[in-house]
Amino acid sequence: MENINFIYPEIFIAISILGLLMVGVFKTNSFNLVTKLTSFMFLITIPIVFLNSTVSMKLFSNNYIVDELSSFLKILILGSSAFALFFTDQYIKKNKLDKFEYPVLITTAILGMFVMVSSNNLIGLYLGIELQSLSLYVLASLNRDSTKSTEAGVKYFVLGALSSGLLLYGCSLVYGFTGSTNYYVIAENFSADNIALLFGLVFILIGLAFKISAVPFHMWTPDVYEGAPTSVTAFFALAPKVAGFGAIIRILYIAFGNVFDEWQSILIFISVASMILGAVAAIGQTNIKRLMAYSSISHMGYGLAGLATGINEGVTASVIYIFLYVVMNIGSFACILIMKRKDIYLENIRDLSGLSKNHPLVAFCLTVMLFSLAGIPPLAGFFAKFYIFMAVVKADLIILAVIGLVTSVISAFYYLRIIKIMYFDPEQEKFDPISSKGVKISLALSTLLILFYFLNPSILNFFVNLASKSVQ
Amino acid sequence: MNLPILTIITFLPLIGVFFILFNKGEEERVGKISFHVSLLTSLLVFVLSLFLWFSFDKTISSFQFVEEKKWIIDFVKYKVGVDGISILFVVLTAFITPICIVATYNSVKFRKKDFFIALLVMETMMIGVFCSLDLFLFYLFFEAGLIPMFLIIGIWGGIRRVYAAFKFFLYTLLGSVFMLIAIIFIYMQTGTTDVEALLALDIPVQYQYLLWLGFFASFAVKTPMWPVHTWLPDAHVEAPTSGSVILAAILLKMAGYGFIRFSLGLFPVASDFFSPLVFSLSIIAIVYTSLVALVQKDMKKLIAYSSVAHMGFVTIGIFAFNSQGIEGSIFQMISHGIVSAALFLCVGVVYDRMHTRQISDYGGVSNVMPNYAIVFMIFILASLGLPGTSGFVGEILVLIGIFKTNYLVAFFAATGVVLSACYSLSLYRRVCFGEITNDKVKALKDINYSEFIILIPLLILVILLGVYPNIILDTISTSVESLVSVYNAKIATFNNLMIK
Repeated sequence: MENINFIYPEIFIAISILGLLMVGVFKTNSFNLVTKLTSFMFLITIPIVFLNSTVSMKLFSNNYIVDELSSFLKILILGSSAFALFFTDQYIKKNKLDKFEYPVLITTAILGMFVMVSSNNLIGLYLGIELQSLSLYVLASLNRDSTKSTEAGVKYFVLGALSSGLLLYGCSLVYGFTGSTNYYVIAENFSADNIALLFGLVFILIGLAFKISAVPFHMWTPDVYEGAPTSVTAFFALAPKVAGFGAIIRILYIAFGNVFDEWQSILIFISVASMILGAVAAIGQTNIKRLMAYSSISHMGYGLAGLATGINEGVTASVIYIFLYVVMNIGSFACILIMKRKDIYLENIRDLSGLSKNHPLVAFCLTVMLFSLAGIPPLAGFFAKFYIFMAVVKADLIILAVIGLVTSVISAFYYLRIIKIMYFDPEQEKFDPISSKGVKISLALSTLLILFYFLNPSILNFFVNLASKSVQ
Repeated sequence: MNLPILTIITFLPLIGVFFILFNKGEEERVGKISFHVSLLTSLLVFVLSLFLWFSFDKTISSFQFVEEKKWIIDFVKYKVGVDGISILFVVLTAFITPICIVATYNSVKFRKKDFFIALLVMETMMIGVFCSLDLFLFYLFFEAGLIPMFLIIGIWGGIRRVYAAFKFFLYTLLGSVFMLIAIIFIYMQTGTTDVEALLALDIPVQYQYLLWLGFFASFAVKTPMWPVHTWLPDAHVEAPTSGSVILAAILLKMAGYGFIRFSLGLFPVASDFFSPLVFSLSIIAIVYTSLVALVQKDMKKLIAYSSVAHMGFVTIGIFAFNSQGIEGSIFQMISHGIVSAALFLCVGVVYDRMHTRQISDYGGVSNVMPNYAIVFMIFILASLGLPGTSGFVGEILVLIGIFKTNYLVAFFAATGVVLSACYSLSLYRRVCFGEITNDKVKALKDINYSEFIILIPLLILVILLGVYPNIILDTISTSVESLVSVYNAKIATFNNLMIK
């Protein structure tokens, strides 16, 4: 029974979901109330997770793990989801998405993500992924009147189901040849000579790569990002990536830790392909949400490059990267939600033209975000990339570092293009005044963090170091 | 004395930025206040840098005013300091910035507040580059300078400003990422990025070649060396006057400084090995870009190409590996910093009146602007290296230095002197002499008070340095001597090892 003590966050969220559903069903027009309750619930859950953050517990016969890494990622998931709800409130109301299912589905997805980052068992992993994905499919098509949104939902669902199938097939192969679904037992019984096991490994990796939209399993990303309502897109860009990373770290470093040589080359390929495609394909985009999709693809490539090193520094660097990626995306999406004229939300990059004259502060914040995404010092994005490449060089993968840095120059081009449009192009009609507090606060906080991260980078490193030690 | 003077000099402009930021109201008034605040800040920085120079001990070669603070735990310290090589660049930066600010007052017409912010941020980054004694810190400042410069070219530039800004940014960034990999690799091999510690250390020879190339990629773009110089003419032409001045006077010097400090200091064997490469690229730069400069129709473009040629002298001098060569290079950089700044300002003077940079639109300017013609003449002569001006000292020292190591290189480099006379004088002749063909030229007014104020200190310096070069040579000689002797010792040990 003492196992229960350590999964209070999960239990609490599960009960909250039921409670929130009840409130939603029995009260009419309950979107506001449910959203407030959900945010409140997030706020309560963060300290609950934090209480467990210093322990390292193996629960339920080693099938569920609560340690520093999972706690760090869970707090990140909760925090980013809270922001995603917080700064999209106005968008949701304006676009008539204010149905109480919205926050409830987000909460369900979060429960799935919690299971993903903590699970030490293939079945747990699969359950977590499905719980998360099914909620996300519905969220993507939340705007039922829009063909694009429904198309996005269906596309995401069909491809997601396929990848889940592949993942499940991989799990069954691994289970069949190692005799267990527990990561520790798999690690013990995994032999690299067994071709079927390697097949299983590859299929599992494909399934997970799909979830974090790494190349060549990225096809859904631009369409879903573009089609889904912006508030949902913002959520897609944040929490699911964190959870996907958590799952990948745990399965690669614990279940398949002994056969590092087998998966390293796969991961390097995925990482290089993501970096290159993300950088090159984004150049021609005119829709800012599509552009963010390609940008997230290339950022996943950098994150995976850290994991491909197989050393402690690499994991640390990846976790730092994903943290700063989340912060930068909060800022960028807050800016995207400001792009509104006469109550219509805009998505074309051209609409930003002359922003620096109409809204100098917003333009400045977005510029900070974009330079940081491009990895220009002294902004936080540079440090994130720097730690990754440091680990990559330490693992003697200098070619990977060179490719990564060159693609970062290519991707700098399209970030610069947005800055060019904001600063160098003639001004247009002003955007509507920013009335949402959520957007203002998220933008201010993320800009400050990105801008002044360089003053003391050690604080974040300290926490992440603690977190990443637990998988070694 | 425990005053952290270098940190103060580096970050003081940011405090100015802070004050400018909180200025709101009418555009006109804000522009004026921003101008005064930024001028005051930059003058204060200049005074402090002079104070730094006077309290600098010229007799020792080690780093002075060193400050060390914890920054990223277990990895990088915040460490700054100056020696004879870097201190003058700090002073040069602090000297050029107020001039740019004054020049801006005439040439920038809109969004003045933003411009001054960009300029002051730029100053911090540039001083930071010359002060930092940690590779990571150096890279940080080196790259961060791209952001304000990109905005300066892109917002306040000419017609093709977007193209120029992108080219500038992407070229430099691509070069620099190779340096970043090299820095990471050095850290992995030695466990430190502290420049002082690294200079004392021998980096294994087998790594030196690749690392040298990594640094070279970055510095060659920034210098700029042929064939990666093409961003410079575009950036120069499109940037507003003060942007061009900053680019020519200081940004290019970061690379020269980097060559001396890092390429020579950290990788002596590789520097020796690759010196033929540097020589050939520099000679091509000198001869080829001089010829290209001859046929230019745009005044700024001509000066931009002449900058490439002059920087060719600098790289040749550095890789001559003797004290004359390196001292000459540093002198040439400082002199070129002053002269090219002055030339761009001179072009700016007529550009503000005529709004054209085409040489053919001018002619006979000396008839209507006699004072301007005199000032312009002196700077043109300094640019082509006439004895008695600062340009001469640098060139002759570089030629002496290279003559000691390689006759052939010296021969080709010397042709550059003649070629530079050709294009400089032809520029001057076409602009200032001859009949007045353009009616607009007739209406030109001579230089006004504020332009005079900007150009006079530059004029005095050009002549002063030409007549009494010891002002600079005194400061740099000890550090350069020690650099050369350490270099020679390292090469000698390596050669002994090879013989064994």
